Amino acid sequence: MDAGGSSNMASSRYPLQETYLPRKKSGENLDRFIPNRSAMDFDYAHYMLTEARKGKENPVASSPAKEAYRKQLAEVFNMNRPRILAFKNKPPPAAESLFPEPASTFHQAKPVKPRRSIPQTSERTLDAPEILDDYYLNLLDWSSSNILAIALGNTVYLWDASTASTSELVTVDDENGPVTSVSWAPDGRHIAVGLNNAEVHLWDTASNRRLRTLKGGHRSRVGSLDWNNHILSTGGMDGLITNNDVRIRDHIVEKYEGHHQEWPPQTLLTQWLHRLEDHTAAVKALAWCPFQANLLASGGGGGDRCIKFWNTHTGACLNSVDTGSQVCSLLWNKNERELLSSHGFTDNQLTLWKYPSMVKIAELTGHTSRVLFMAQSPNGCTVASAAGDETLRFWNVFGTPEVATKPAPKANPEPFAKVNRIR
Amino acid sequence: MGSKTTTKDIITLRGSAAIVSEFFGYAANSILYNRGVYPEESFVKVKKYGLSMLLTQDETVKSFITNLNAQLSEWLESGKLQRIVLVIMSKATSEVLERWNFSIETDKEVVEKGVSREKSDKEIMREIQAIMKQIISSITYLPCLEEPCVFDVLAYTDNDVEVPFTWVESDPKLIENPQMVKLHSFDTKIHKVNTMVSYKNDEWNEE
Repeated sequence: MDAGGSSNMASSRYPLQETYLPRKKSGENLDRFIPNRSAMDFDYAHYMLTEARKGKENPVASSPAKEAYRKQLAEVFNMNRPRILAFKNKPPPAAESLFPEPASTFHQAKPVKPRRSIPQTSERTLDAPEILDDYYLNLLDWSSSNILAIALGNTVYLWDASTASTSELVTVDDENGPVTSVSWAPDGRHIAVGLNNAEVHLWDTASNRRLRTLKGGHRSRVGSLDWNNHILSTGGMDGLITNNDVRIRDHIVEKYEGHHQEWPPQTLLTQWLHRLEDHTAAVKALAWCPFQANLLASGGGGGDRCIKFWNTHTGACLNSVDTGSQVCSLLWNKNERELLSSHGFTDNQLTLWKYPSMVKIAELTGHTSRVLFMAQSPNGCTVASAAGDETLRFWNVFGTPEVATKPAPKANPEPFAKVNRIR
Repeated sequence: MGSKTTTKDIITLRGSAAIVSEFFGYAANSILYNRGVYPEESFVKVKKYGLSMLLTQDETVKSFITNLNAQLSEWLESGKLQRIVLVIMSKATSEVLERWNFSIETDKEVVEKGVSREKSDKEIMREIQAIMKQIISSITYLPCLEEPCVFDVLAYTDNDVEVPFTWVESDPKLIENPQMVKLHSFDTKIHKVNTMVSYKNDEWNEE
């Protein structure tokens, strides 16, 4: 169960351990009691405090003349300081609109969405030792129950995002391994594990039990898996895509042939509808658009470096953008019309694009090797990325969903509402 | 002094204080209009100082300036007002963008002994008119205020002044490394008012 218990770990590092990240300190020296020090004259205050004490401490040392001089000096100094006064009631700010309506002065209806600030650094970094640096595998998946599965070498680890705890699901034998793909079933409880020996194992993570072994679907390693309810589609290095009904004994229900290389199905294709052949290199990154049913985004490998958009009804290529780098994976933002791509050489960055303008919103760097896999948290805010540099990083790139950011209507704002809420 | 026949040229402390506070009221209105702190349509034109001046019709701004003037007159009559500063700040960040500085020198003898001085109204009006014209033309050199702004007024008083109930002590709201332009001054022979505007250095000019 314990993550450190695996005996086949060559390195001394524990997988999925937090890497030290220095926290930024806010530069302001303010607190909730004194939120603004602008009106304080510390030099003067210091003078008044220390001068008075000095006089008391050694009254003998100061001669009467000196004392008188000091008194006079302080008085003059004091007298010359003018009082700076201002009305307690401040004049009102000008109304926002050109046609001032007294009722709507405080209601600011902003048609333009405020720009979301995207943190440029990863929120959390975990160690991922022995991750396979292989473009054709799918080793990372985030379940609907908020558990992240990652395959490191022969072992599948589960990292619970709500408690940040790690557990080991399974370590396969050397002759069967390494693990080449993982995929959560939509229920968030069952997980499919594809192996180098062409087998696919189904696991129940609640009881930590292997439920089924799917054999005979492929002749070589299973590099990709995807679910559609009870149908598990598997893609192998043999160029086959197999649909497996996990409920029945003869699980193979369909087979598709036609690929020359490994080809990830990502989703259930019942029929070869279109042959989309504009990419000039291996295509591994694929993502269906969550807000437009027939839109597919695809990213090409090192020789192609393009993100292309397809209308899958007509097979037309809608747009193509040269990213300048290998596209390893693609993710659509569930909350905004944005697309996140992860890249390899030279910057190993994550790039956030506005769709459909394809304007770069942000570039997130931090990984030191190509960012092979990405997975999105169930609420759509956080993205986990695993790279060849053996780290797993979490990015708050997609922002909080609309419902969470919408501020509660301020009916009667309490002045100390914030204070009360502290613990 | 009694030999003077024209009563018009005699100016008392009370009268001088009224002129200065009235001047400040019009100057503040003019600045708020010309610097676009409030929308144009909230102002109306009136004749004053031989110029057409603009006065705000916004009730809250109006009452703010009226209340302010009442207090300023009181301090002017006691000779305890050293300076009035109108500060224009960014609404969003509260950064101080402009400071309109009216420093006041009071003839202490008048305050202490209750004597009066001589200066014709006309002459004072002419001096004030010159300042008003300068305020209006200041838009030509002041940097544009490109964001919504708010204003505040600071009164520098003698230290022995009791803080009125509706007032609080404030920081000077200074601008770091400002540009300064001195404007004309006027003198009632009792109060001498020097006007100066300081504003945030325009970054474009620095390069």
